[in-house]
Amino acid sequence: MAPSPAAPIVSLLGVGKVFGNGLVALDGLDLDVRDGEFLSLLGPSGCGKSTALRIIAGLSEPTRGTVAWRDGADARRGFGFVFQEPTLMPWTTVFGNVFLPLKLTGADKAAAAPRIIETLARVGLADFAEAYPRELSGGMRMRVSIARALVTAPRILLMDEPFAALDEITRFKLNDDLVTLWRELRMTVVFVTHSVFESVFLSNRIVVMTSRPGRVSRELAIDAPVRDANFRTSAEYAGYCRVTSEALAHAMRAPAGAAA
Amino acid sequence: MNERALRILAPAAVLALGVLLWDLVVRIDGIPPYILPSPGLVLTTLVSDWPILWSSLLATLETTVEGLALAVIGGVGLAVLFNQSRLIEHSLYPYAVILQVTPVVAVAPLLLIYLPQHAAVLACAWIVAFFPVLANTTLGLNSVDHNLADLFRMYGASRWQVLTELKLPAALPQMLAGIKIAGGLSLIGAVVAEIAAGSAGSGSGLAYRIAESGYRLNIPRMFAALLLLSLAGIVIFVLLSWLTHLVLRRWHESAITRES
Repeated sequence: MAPSPAAPIVSLLGVGKVFGNGLVALDGLDLDVRDGEFLSLLGPSGCGKSTALRIIAGLSEPTRGTVAWRDGADARRGFGFVFQEPTLMPWTTVFGNVFLPLKLTGADKAAAAPRIIETLARVGLADFAEAYPRELSGGMRMRVSIARALVTAPRILLMDEPFAALDEITRFKLNDDLVTLWRELRMTVVFVTHSVFESVFLSNRIVVMTSRPGRVSRELAIDAPVRDANFRTSAEYAGYCRVTSEALAHAMRAPAGAAA
Repeated sequence: MNERALRILAPAAVLALGVLLWDLVVRIDGIPPYILPSPGLVLTTLVSDWPILWSSLLATLETTVEGLALAVIGGVGLAVLFNQSRLIEHSLYPYAVILQVTPVVAVAPLLLIYLPQHAAVLACAWIVAFFPVLANTTLGLNSVDHNLADLFRMYGASRWQVLTELKLPAALPQMLAGIKIAGGLSLIGAVVAEIAAGSAGSGSGLAYRIAESGYRLNIPRMFAALLLLSLAGIVIFVLLSWLTHLVLRRWHESAITRES
């Protein structure tokens, strides 16, 4: 299928997750995250895509199956996580928020400063180091959140519907910038979304998931080398979106009898 | 008239009217000072009795501040302890509640039997003042953003780091609200204990002066002492409000004045 020779950086094998209230979030999920790819998990609300991401992040333990990291347990430290909300600490500045991951691993503030400033510059917030989160717009807060995830130079960036609450203009801008960041930093991104358009624009590969129980319904490769404003209005983009929409519609129909 | 002027002038006008009415009633009805002194006489007494009232004020304020300090230490300390251990919380919380709901007026005479007078007065101030600090801080510590808590976990934060970098800063607004309530309550506790101690003790606090003046039918001095107590309460409230504003002004919604 897709010419993607890269080895998986993390593999989920037959992962199942049943919550305490009996809800089956995931059942038999097989998923490889390949080194350097931009992978989107696409599915309707409640398909367990966020749960899958939390399992990869180690925030949630699978009830069945295994999560295998290529380099063993060490690789676990090498990821950043961006939540649906900016999730910033309101009591400290932008600088303080981005410093947090380094601080928790015992880094010295003065020594970490150049790295923090550089990361802030990358997300376009060089002039806002001393601002408090409440003084920023929603889009800027999300940029701080991304900077915080990037400051440890993670090999893999996990993003849980990070732009869902933003307006469309801000969202397009952040999508553009995210593609640039991914190119420049050569990292692996796992992006959870329920937006077909967003996933097609951003990803190399889209994994469409079914809901209740969550498992992989279909995989799609998006082989477009350039992701810019032109791509967003191209026939190629529209074509990918149509195929992806159909795959999503199919995934939502699939679990017959499970519909509410 | 603008908002600020209105906020100062309106209550000032009410005060002036009230004092005027009081003065008129005393004059017209010819009420003797041992029943109701005129406002002028209260002020004269305040000046003439200043040495004795001032030392009493200092004594009461000392107890109040010490009671408040102990309430903050005890309240925050217990809240942190409760937050760290469910066992300790379940074991001690009911007794904190019992201490709070038992009227301190009823407890004070007992404390005066078992403790030296200063310690007993201090204990009363502490008993009424510590609970709002405990209850509010507990609420604050338990209201930490779940995603932020996850983030700390993801970066391998120690228990101590979670407490000092996340929980305590997050609890600051509630903690300060509790301390603001505790300031007034500590004064009340000190006054109640001084009254209960009555003439039996060697105490010279303002409440003791009020009780003593009552026995001697020195009504003007009762009013003067009451006025000072009231002022002390107001000053404590203003100082604590100012402290809250100072700590929260950069980041908390409550400290921000919005332009509409």
